[in-house]
Amino acid sequence: MLTAHRLSKRFGATVALSDIDLEVEAGETVSVLGPSGSGKSTLLRVISGLEVPDAGSVLWNHADVTLLPAHARQFGLMFQDYALFPHRDVAGNVGFGLRMAGGSASEVEHRVAEVLELVGLSGMERRRINQLSGGEAQRVALARTLAPAPRLVMLDEPLGSLDRSLRERLIVELGEIFERVDSTVLYVTHDQEEAFTIADRVAVLRDGKLIQAATPEDLWAAPAGVFVSDFLGFSNRFAATAIDGQADLGWATVPVDVPDGPCQVVLRPDALIADETGKITVTVAGSVFRGDHYLARTTTESGSQLSISTPTRPHPGQRIRIRLDPAGILALTE
Amino acid sequence: MKIGRGLLIGIPVGFLTVFYLYPVASILLAGLVEGGGLDFTPFGDVLTSASLRGVAWFTLWQAAASTALTVLAAMPIAYVFARFEFPGKRLLSALLTVPFVMPTVVVGSAFLALLGSSSPLGINLNRTIWIIFAAHVFYNVAVVVRTVGGLWSHLDPRMEEAARSLGANRWQAFRTVTLPLLRPAIVAAGSIVFLFTFTSFGVILILGGLTYATLEVEIYRQTTVFLNLPIAAALAVFQLVGVTAVLWVYSRYQRHREVGLSLLPRLAVARRPSTPRQRLAVAGMIAYLGAIVVLPLAVLVARSLDTGNLWRFYRALTETGSGSTAFVSPAEAIGNSLWIAGLATLIALIVGMSAAAVVAYSSGPAARTFDLFLMLPLGTSAVTIGFGMLVALDWPIDLRANVLLIPLAHALVAIPFVVRLSVPVMRSVQPRLREAAAVLGASPLRIWREIDLPIAARALAVSAGFAFAISLGEFGATSFIARPDTPTLPIAIFRLLGRPGALNFGQAMAMSTILMAVTAAVVLLVDRLRIRDIGEF
Repeated sequence: MLTAHRLSKRFGATVALSDIDLEVEAGETVSVLGPSGSGKSTLLRVISGLEVPDAGSVLWNHADVTLLPAHARQFGLMFQDYALFPHRDVAGNVGFGLRMAGGSASEVEHRVAEVLELVGLSGMERRRINQLSGGEAQRVALARTLAPAPRLVMLDEPLGSLDRSLRERLIVELGEIFERVDSTVLYVTHDQEEAFTIADRVAVLRDGKLIQAATPEDLWAAPAGVFVSDFLGFSNRFAATAIDGQADLGWATVPVDVPDGPCQVVLRPDALIADETGKITVTVAGSVFRGDHYLARTTTESGSQLSISTPTRPHPGQRIRIRLDPAGILALTE
Repeated sequence: MKIGRGLLIGIPVGFLTVFYLYPVASILLAGLVEGGGLDFTPFGDVLTSASLRGVAWFTLWQAAASTALTVLAAMPIAYVFARFEFPGKRLLSALLTVPFVMPTVVVGSAFLALLGSSSPLGINLNRTIWIIFAAHVFYNVAVVVRTVGGLWSHLDPRMEEAARSLGANRWQAFRTVTLPLLRPAIVAAGSIVFLFTFTSFGVILILGGLTYATLEVEIYRQTTVFLNLPIAAALAVFQLVGVTAVLWVYSRYQRHREVGLSLLPRLAVARRPSTPRQRLAVAGMIAYLGAIVVLPLAVLVARSLDTGNLWRFYRALTETGSGSTAFVSPAEAIGNSLWIAGLATLIALIVGMSAAAVVAYSSGPAARTFDLFLMLPLGTSAVTIGFGMLVALDWPIDLRANVLLIPLAHALVAIPFVVRLSVPVMRSVQPRLREAAAVLGASPLRIWREIDLPIAARALAVSAGFAFAISLGEFGATSFIARPDTPTLPIAIFRLLGRPGALNFGQAMAMSTILMAVTAAVVLLVDRLRIRDIGEF
């Protein structure tokens, strides 16, 4: 079990990490989610031992490893740009960690073949690094990280530089591979879908601070604030004032579960239901095709902007009747 | 770790202090100290002598003109190399580098053969400034092509295309977009060429006759012919000041080169010539390259062969005894050159690689100053170094008469090259790779062995090749410190050129051809190892 205890790190005037507390249980996959510059990579570098924290500690099964050098931690780290060794072939890269651990040539060879099979690159041992495609390089980097069977596997935006279709395929494969080798995984990404797909728990980072750590379901159900809600892509958010459990949005009054005072009301996509008998009427301004649905930009009668998903293409000027499902309404106070 | 670093800094600093700073400082003192006090009269003598002022003026303007001509001659080649892929490009590029490491003596003799009194082209430029210019362009064109072409080959061609789409014609697009972007490289390369031509020695000594002399040649004459040490020292001081100024400009632009350009991988830029106009450009460039690079070397080879008795001059090289007491058989000179080059290479590698490691792994003003300090021998004329060693190194052990002084001097000349070639390779090892090795369980020592060393090994091989070639061709310093009975190849060639008669001239050509073949072989070998796009001057 990994424990990050009150980790802090600054670079000059920039605060990269501020008082981070995070735990990863054995066999669990935790995704660290945040925009660029939120301190995600620094967190991985501190945990892996490549950076020394200014304050706080890193523990493995309750033993302090904060001052243990990187090479003695047995934590694997897959770099964002892979950092494959250009002067070694695929086998030389994948077997590197095993050789460092003192494996014999035949052990190394055997394990390299095994791991290459795991990532779907059987027989590629002798390929040169500069002959690999983007997806292949990614798999080699993953194989290199997994080969020595590290106690903890850390991945820094492992799919960041790949194109969309490849990313969607690989994220599923990654999850299956982690499942098969029963790894403890810390997975850094800025992509909310990626995090939700792979993680048992998601930790949201902002400006070096841990904002919320929860299962994807809990995060979806109850984002801890405006930042998380926006980051999850909930675009219908309105400033309002809560009075006696009610908030008036100007075009609808919705139930809210916050004390009286200013608040932010978020309508998740599942809160807005197209319904011929609905009491709310909106006017379509434009729409975007999203494959399995259309996303309509609409205006309420009081002039508020509202995004609604519709099964057919709405025409500008068209009027749609909707109703609100209270289960999809969130009220946030920060 | 601490001790290792101390040693890495200590070796180059110690070596340069003893074999460079101390000798050069001794020259300054020799010029300034007279009878226990400071004496500035030699400087006054230099400034009031019309002939010496003439030498200084000639040195300056011929260097400026040679630099301008070299840049002009090199730009079309740099353009074609940067923008086009064509068969034989690698070989041509290697061939282009051959003149640069060619011994100055060989370059001198090649142009004497090509444009001298018995020119096969019927152009006799002997004893004119033009033959000197031609030799200087030939010798330095690779510096400009490598440096400017290196940057050019990474410039995004779309920038020029954008200018074209905005209504600029070809020339305007080049002048307003490409040229300004290339300027740092042009200035850096120009400074180096200026430096080499400003301190030109072998070429001028052979081609300039008594008419033309640079400061470098004049220092040599004042020392060896007129035995006027104070004047020679004063001249060396003047030259050192000029050289330092140029080096300063160079280092400024070197630093500017490292910032702020969006560069593309070379492959994304170069393409095969597709239009007739482009094919013509490539074909024209190959012909042009043939004319300015291959022709002089070909003529050299041709003149080393005797029409009646093809191998006569080569056979004569193996025969000993030609009356003179100082005569040493050419075979022996070849042997001298080889062992001296081997030893010089070893010394240059040990000192240069330690220094390169320090420069590559540190940053900040201190590292930059150290870097500049390492470049100083490149900027100091070889004659000054040889002269200085001769003046200074009599204590604590008298090295002046020791033949080991030659490899030491050669190593000194080669060290800046070793550093310049190795630093980019060492720096190309991204910190990421070391970090990746660390998280995979490699200790710091193991990281060095597994990551840094294998990558630096190629730099080592390339540097060794260059150091060897430099030592084989070194003439300026050697002309001072070589003893009559232990000449190197260039010295033997120079001696042969100074003797009358077709046999001596033919032998000089034959020896030059051998020297050229050996250096060319080394350069071509090195080029195969060379990691693309790095280690450019």
